[in-house]
Amino acid sequence: MSAVIHLDAVHKTYHTGEVEVHAVCGVSLNIERGEFVAIMGASGSGKSTLMNIIACLDRATGGRYLFDGADVSMLDRNQLADIRNEKIGFVFQSFNLLSRTNALENVELPMLYTHRRVPSEQIRERALQALDTVGLADRAGHHPSQLSGGQQQRVAIARALVNKPSLLLADEPTGNLDSRTSVEVMGLLQRLNEQGITIVMVTHELDIAAYTKRNVVMRDGQIVHDDPVANCLNAETELRRRKQADQTVKLAP
Amino acid sequence: MNFLVETSYWLLRILSIIRVALRALRRNKLRSVLTALGIIIGVGAVITMVGVGQGAKNQVEAQIASLGRNVVLVFSGNFSSRGVNSGWLSAGTLSVPDVEAIRLEISDVVGVSPEVRRSFQVAAGNQNWFTSIVGSSASYFEIRQWELINGAGFTDQDVRGATKVCVIGKTVAEQLFGEEDPVGHIVRISNVPFIILGVLAPKGLSIMGTDQDDVIIMPYTSAMKRLMGGTMLRTVLVQTDSFEDLNTVREQINDLLRQRHRIAEGKDDDFTVRTQEEIAQMATATSRIMSLLLAAIAAVSLIVGGIGIMNIMLVSVTERTREIGIRMAVGARSRDILLQFLVEAVTLSSLGGLIGIGLGLGTAELLSKVAGWPTLVPMTAVVVSFVFSAAIGIFFGFYPARKAARLDPIEALRFE
Ligand SMILES: Nc1ncnc2c1ncn2[C@@H]1O[C@H](COP(=O)(O)OP(=O)(O)OP(=O)(O)O)[C@@H](O)[C@H]1O
Ligand SMILES: [Mg+2]
Repeated sequence: MSAVIHLDAVHKTYHTGEVEVHAVCGVSLNIERGEFVAIMGASGSGKSTLMNIIACLDRATGGRYLFDGADVSMLDRNQLADIRNEKIGFVFQSFNLLSRTNALENVELPMLYTHRRVPSEQIRERALQALDTVGLADRAGHHPSQLSGGQQQRVAIARALVNKPSLLLADEPTGNLDSRTSVEVMGLLQRLNEQGITIVMVTHELDIAAYTKRNVVMRDGQIVHDDPVANCLNAETELRRRKQADQTVKLAP
Repeated sequence: MNFLVETSYWLLRILSIIRVALRALRRNKLRSVLTALGIIIGVGAVITMVGVGQGAKNQVEAQIASLGRNVVLVFSGNFSSRGVNSGWLSAGTLSVPDVEAIRLEISDVVGVSPEVRRSFQVAAGNQNWFTSIVGSSASYFEIRQWELINGAGFTDQDVRGATKVCVIGKTVAEQLFGEEDPVGHIVRISNVPFIILGVLAPKGLSIMGTDQDDVIIMPYTSAMKRLMGGTMLRTVLVQTDSFEDLNTVREQINDLLRQRHRIAEGKDDDFTVRTQEEIAQMATATSRIMSLLLAAIAAVSLIVGGIGIMNIMLVSVTERTREIGIRMAVGARSRDILLQFLVEAVTLSSLGGLIGIGLGLGTAELLSKVAGWPTLVPMTAVVVSFVFSAAIGIFFGFYPARKAARLDPIEALRFE
């Protein structure tokens, strides 16, 4: 029972007018502490839907979901809110930053709703630290509209990390990034994973999935493949290799 | 100790929520002001109304006191029917025997005095002045609670003999004699010389706003015989034993005079009897009507203001559905969202309340300066209207806030 995430024949059916959309149908999945999982699949295969259920944002319409051994369907709104606040960090596909507040305040947000009473100086300090982790400490005062897509993505990651969750969920954290920045973000995630955080992320790209330890492939709301990654790439080595390649290009006449 | 930590934590938390609310309001400055306008006008009207009402009340109380103690007034002519002005145009319907009859036949009456009044040119030495001459009996001073600061009053004997004596008001004394003591001097009224027996204590303005100290009082017999002519009276003052007797005495005078004037059953009175309070109420009718009007405006605008706040908060909740979704996604409980929107509504309405209080105080000040109404805004009225405007925010902000708090996080995040 040490699994962080235990999905047992989970279903999610949307009723839109006449038609029923089976976004997720019968997914069973176990994710242990310390794993680094990539969920892949075509667009519309139900990845985001599944992530929302795992994140305790949405409820399954069928099956059982145990988070940290607790049956989520038995928990009320407030208990789910507390789980989202304290145990799960979520990075949205579309960032979902508050557009009218700056990066720092966006990162502070989860701490405002914490029950572990964080004193206000500590709130600021920890938010700055989280921004530093994603390399954006110098952009703390900028509003989302003044940041690039990649920077917004990293602010979202900082926000997800600030309450020191045990589980980090990221829905296409590299979806909007160029390949170099993508590798940087993967490096960040790898470091976090090494520190013991369980990570589940969604991605379209095979080469990004290669930085994780386990790949789950979905099609039409079902899991069709679930394999460990044979030779996992290391983001730092990859970055170093690229840098060298760049220098070679520059040196060439 | 733990309790203190707990409290200060919540205070800080609420302060930070208020900061967020203020920022949201500042972003839509014009909209916020327009929304708060109802509250501003409502509270402003309440403050003005209370100011006018309290000022009038104080003034009336002072003037009731200045009219005398436990006084019933009898006027010739009928105020309330067709004959409104007849009594004033004719010589008057009250006679000296009427006055005697009231004094002798009605128990609980401790003093009766006619009051005849006309303005004359008066002179002393080379000083001239135009003032009101009042003729009364000796009990007039007791009835009106009017003391002398100098000299003495006239007596019943002076009244019987129609002697040429008088007492003068403070204003007259100053105009004719300046710093000098007028007692014993002669004042010529319409060329008739009168000896000044005393000077009256200052009384200030009357209900009608005239200077009560600009007066010369003498025996009514002297005034009628030597200055004004005529034998009929227009006004009689009656003092009763106690406050409780006022209304019974009023009724008794009514019956007595109807009988004496031989007014048949079903015919209108040719006189009017009013107690002190009734006179005061008549005089303050305008400010009372004004107060009622303001109360109506206040009630309507406070309700409209509240609905305005509810409306704008509903709009705000819809506009910020995504924000609510984001906050819930990172762990805000329903209660946190409820509190945020409630605080925003209360901030809006109490700011409106504060501005309204300022507006009301300004209007009250202006009314007293320009219209000359005495206004007085008690501190309690200010505090109560502030608390009330905050309460309006809670009442009308609750529904939108609850709507926000009940949103489903995932639905809210999907909202465009
Ligand atoms: N709120 C909704 N109402 C109805 N159907 C929905 C809703 N949300 C998602 N769906 C449907 O559920 C299916 C899965 O959607 P989901 O967003 O999980 O796909 P995805 O795998 O994340 O795709 P992408 O890679 O494009 O993000 C799709 O067919 C979609 O149309
Ligand atoms: Mg998706």
